[in-house]
Amino acid sequence: MSDPFYQSGEPIADAKAPAGPVEQRWTTRKFEAKLVNPANKRKKKIIIIGTGLAGGAAGATLGEAGYQVVQFCFQDSPRRAHSIAAQGGINAAKNYRNDGDSVHRLFYDTVKGGDFRARESNVHRLAEISTQIIDQCVAQGVPFAREYGGLLDNRSFGGTQVSRTFYARGQTGQQLLLGAYQALMRQVDAGNVELHARHEMLDLIVEDGRARGVVVRDLINGEIKHYTADAVVLASGGYGNVYFLSTNAMGSNVTATWRAHKHGAYFANPCYTQIHPTCIPVSGDHQSKLTLMSESLRNDGRVWVPKEGGDTRRPADIPEDERDYYLERIYPSFGNLVPRDIASRAAKNVCDEGRGVGPGGLGVYLDFADAIERLGRKTVEAKYGNLFEMYERITGENPYDTPMRIYPAVHYTMGGLWVDYDLSSNIPGLFVTGEANFSDHGANRLGASALMQGLADGYFVLPNTIGDYIARTELPAVRDDAVQEARTRVTTQIEKFLSIDGDRSVDSFHRELGHIMWEYCGMERTEEGLRKALELIPALRAEFWTRLKVTGSGDELNQQLEKAGRVADFLELGELMVIDALHRSESCGGHFRAESQDEDGEAKRDDENFAYVAAWEWGGEGGQPVLHKEALEFEYVKPTQRSYK
Amino acid sequence: MKLTLRVWRQKGPQDKGSMVEYPIDDISPDASFLEMLDVLNERLIAEGDEPVAFDHDCREGICGMCSLVINGTPHGPERNTTTCQLHMRKFKDGEVIDVEPWRAAAFPVVKDLVVDRGAFDRIITSGGYISAPTGTAPEAHSTPVPKPDADRAFEAAECIGCGACVAACPNGSAALFLGAKVTHLGLMPQGQPERWDRVVSMLDTHDAEGFGGCTNTGECTVACPKGISLDVIGRLNGDFIKASAGGKKK
Amino acid sequence: MRAVAIAKPAIYRSTVGKKAVMAVSGGVLVLFLIGHMVGNLKIFYGAEDFDHYAHWLRTMGEPAVPYRTLLTLLEVGLVVAVVAHMWSATSLALRARRARPVKYASRKKSHAQGYATHTMRYGGVIIALFIVWHLLDMTFLVVNPAGREATPYERVVQGFAPENWYVTLFYVVAVIMVGLHLAHGTWSAFNSLGLRTPRNNRTLRGVAFALAGVVTLGFLAVPFAVTFGLVS
Repeated sequence: MSDPFYQSGEPIADAKAPAGPVEQRWTTRKFEAKLVNPANKRKKKIIIIGTGLAGGAAGATLGEAGYQVVQFCFQDSPRRAHSIAAQGGINAAKNYRNDGDSVHRLFYDTVKGGDFRARESNVHRLAEISTQIIDQCVAQGVPFAREYGGLLDNRSFGGTQVSRTFYARGQTGQQLLLGAYQALMRQVDAGNVELHARHEMLDLIVEDGRARGVVVRDLINGEIKHYTADAVVLASGGYGNVYFLSTNAMGSNVTATWRAHKHGAYFANPCYTQIHPTCIPVSGDHQSKLTLMSESLRNDGRVWVPKEGGDTRRPADIPEDERDYYLERIYPSFGNLVPRDIASRAAKNVCDEGRGVGPGGLGVYLDFADAIERLGRKTVEAKYGNLFEMYERITGENPYDTPMRIYPAVHYTMGGLWVDYDLSSNIPGLFVTGEANFSDHGANRLGASALMQGLADGYFVLPNTIGDYIARTELPAVRDDAVQEARTRVTTQIEKFLSIDGDRSVDSFHRELGHIMWEYCGMERTEEGLRKALELIPALRAEFWTRLKVTGSGDELNQQLEKAGRVADFLELGELMVIDALHRSESCGGHFRAESQDEDGEAKRDDENFAYVAAWEWGGEGGQPVLHKEALEFEYVKPTQRSYK
Repeated sequence: MKLTLRVWRQKGPQDKGSMVEYPIDDISPDASFLEMLDVLNERLIAEGDEPVAFDHDCREGICGMCSLVINGTPHGPERNTTTCQLHMRKFKDGEVIDVEPWRAAAFPVVKDLVVDRGAFDRIITSGGYISAPTGTAPEAHSTPVPKPDADRAFEAAECIGCGACVAACPNGSAALFLGAKVTHLGLMPQGQPERWDRVVSMLDTHDAEGFGGCTNTGECTVACPKGISLDVIGRLNGDFIKASAGGKKK
Repeated sequence: MRAVAIAKPAIYRSTVGKKAVMAVSGGVLVLFLIGHMVGNLKIFYGAEDFDHYAHWLRTMGEPAVPYRTLLTLLEVGLVVAVVAHMWSATSLALRARRARPVKYASRKKSHAQGYATHTMRYGGVIIALFIVWHLLDMTFLVVNPAGREATPYERVVQGFAPENWYVTLFYVVAVIMVGLHLAHGTWSAFNSLGLRTPRNNRTLRGVAFALAGVVTLGFLAVPFAVTFGLVS
């Protein structure tokens, strides 16, 4: 690296995971954790930001345990958290199919799937807990798919060879979230959880180095309020919206975790981004979001583009020998079922060659003609009917007659705030769960594992570990100056947004940032591109702070103002992502550096130099971020270079 | 496409509000309805006007946050489709489109097209759950659930809590929302112990929140973007009568 | 779950309870309508049969109970049913008005369950007004052209005489409203009581329409027969 764009800091380590055999660690940790006397729990307050799977499950469980929980979400109801949109399913090592699955196999698959960039201890715990999650959700009345005997159905998902995915049609996330939401509302009813919908966390209150509360804005009337507590939990989701167009909800944002980061919480592996290959392509400049279609479509659909670029014939008019079924050609053994990142990158490559289809040439065909011929239209309809309907609703094209067009889109972010085995960030008292933390997926997440991680963190991990912190920490009341300082930061920023009075809308900046990120820090990253992004982002940020226009006032429902805060944070996060991507000159999982590939174009990991978690410390306004490395060791799953040829 | 929008503008809960007309041009037929409103808002911001406030989040038809009564129909003219999934190709060039918020006393307008649907959360809070504290669950396969029951429960559980049923109902009733939850939980064996208390408690909250009573007009099920069937209301009624008059409730 | 602020069953207070009251009272009134219709149709057997039947109504139960006892009890029951039906309807209608204080600017006519559904409220009012007039006409004989001295048969014949076309018209409108009321109401009552299932839905629809048709035709047969001179 010629010019330094970051500083090197001290290495860090996860001090909480016990030593010993990996199967014993979670049991040991639970036993070693100090318990909070039930009578004392009532006096302890925990703030939770977010009501998705990780937050909702945590609120329900901690409320039940007897803590005073104060919980916030920016949506109008906790039931709307974006976990609701997860389609596919949730993994669990139940081995109901008797097909050789086990906790160890799920552990193994997840470490391998994460391209050896996750901690073995965490992943093993996740695999262990997976089975309890299913039991818990069934007890809550989650209507999982069942077989005629009344027992739970499973399917194989995301290229795994065992059938371990539990599902509720294509709405598994919805059903699991509603289960958690209902459990949470039960605690609201019992008076254990105080819930504030339409409240957005805008700052963290830190006193003597400990997280002690939050400053929130009531989105209805703009009131700035503060809440103090014994511990703060961030379950605020991922940051895929930095790309503007993603499968995330419009409101999904990084603000809670980013503002904690600016208080000193390390942000780990921000560059690991999962791109989903089967999304509906962009249709024009108006586009505000991308819609995912279940990956299961690739089981029967064949992906192709015309052999020649600029072929504008209707797909049906392109003869068989002028089509390039490129996945089947390049990856003969896996064909259309290659992992997400490979399928995504291959699609980008053919589009970059000018062979993309549809408006703007950003799309490839996913063709069901063969499947319809082989299985009959009825069977295809039974399998994919609802997806086909959804596609037709959005594009106006009928996939029974004409091939679908798909294109990759940002779907999930593996990075997040750094946490130890207890899910505690490096700021004592600040816990981070679900997609908001970086913990379990390494550089890439397996299909049907996000729901598993969110619920594992919320129902089972955090409730066991947060007690240890609370039991060991005697906290005085929060001093007023710490509160006032945080409040002032928030009000100053809001006033700033309202006073710039420039000529560009928040959305226009967000769109431009998204474009930079997608172009230079998307599916395929190069040193040259990343360096370019490193010039473009600060320039855009400077422009944001001089030309932004936010109408209305701060003391009313003001969606522009809300968005301004979120985009301001994305503009900083984007830069860190680029820095992380630039420093990690290997390819691994959801991070592909063009410089690091083998002769077949496969991602090439560099375990010698990069088998670590990159935990970034905020370098201050205008400063450079500081890199802390947490070395990763693999005792049980030996790193191998994957091959899907 | 060229369109004329007539949009409900209301500064705040106390403001009287009125329909305001906005001509709008150059709309792609491939844009979604909300993207069309995004375009309008960008223009309003550029002109220094306040953009139209409306609720939306996932924009893929599942979170239930988007609303809007479009030309008198909640979620617009396309059946089984939320506003966010409604596309402009469903409208005619030159059409005049009325856009209004959900209208119900239980859903007070917050601003423009944004309403407060907290009443739905309070209905769920009053019993729309199964009491299963974390960690107490038996092995998932210990209770088989007949597939038809599981399927019907799932269909009821698909409700996204958007409130279109209330917006469409001439009585402003939330019976479909309520019935969906009562049906979902009431069909699962896990939901049996609390079945009777649940229905009485939830209906009590429903009524106290100021929703109207169901008179079986069926407008809700037509407006429901998830096509929740009117059967759930029948089940709600039956369970309630058995619970309160039939002495099932403890 | 809240130990519920409902110590007493909320059946009469709740919206669902009111619909149950409406369904049950409606059921009573349907049974009455069928009986009434059967009685009316006796007019086609001639004056003697018809008047005999009218008289029997008053002597039902004799000699076990005094003259007009059962009929009075029936009438009391009917009044209770009508009052309960109207009370629940009014209460739900008022509640509906409160539930939507601001109306939509754009009101699309949607008839999800068919036209009949939307006639329930105004149709109910028309039927109520008709009942008042009908009682004044046939029971209290205040407005009947044939008067107190005539036989029931004569009252019917004179009441629907061609020159009293406006009476017949009112009667016809009311009967059609009753038909529409039953077409939706019968089916709706089963749903209100939780007795409608996906399985019996079609049957219930069929029964509701059949009942509505039979009752409408049955009640219209008499006035038309008189007006067109088939009965005189």
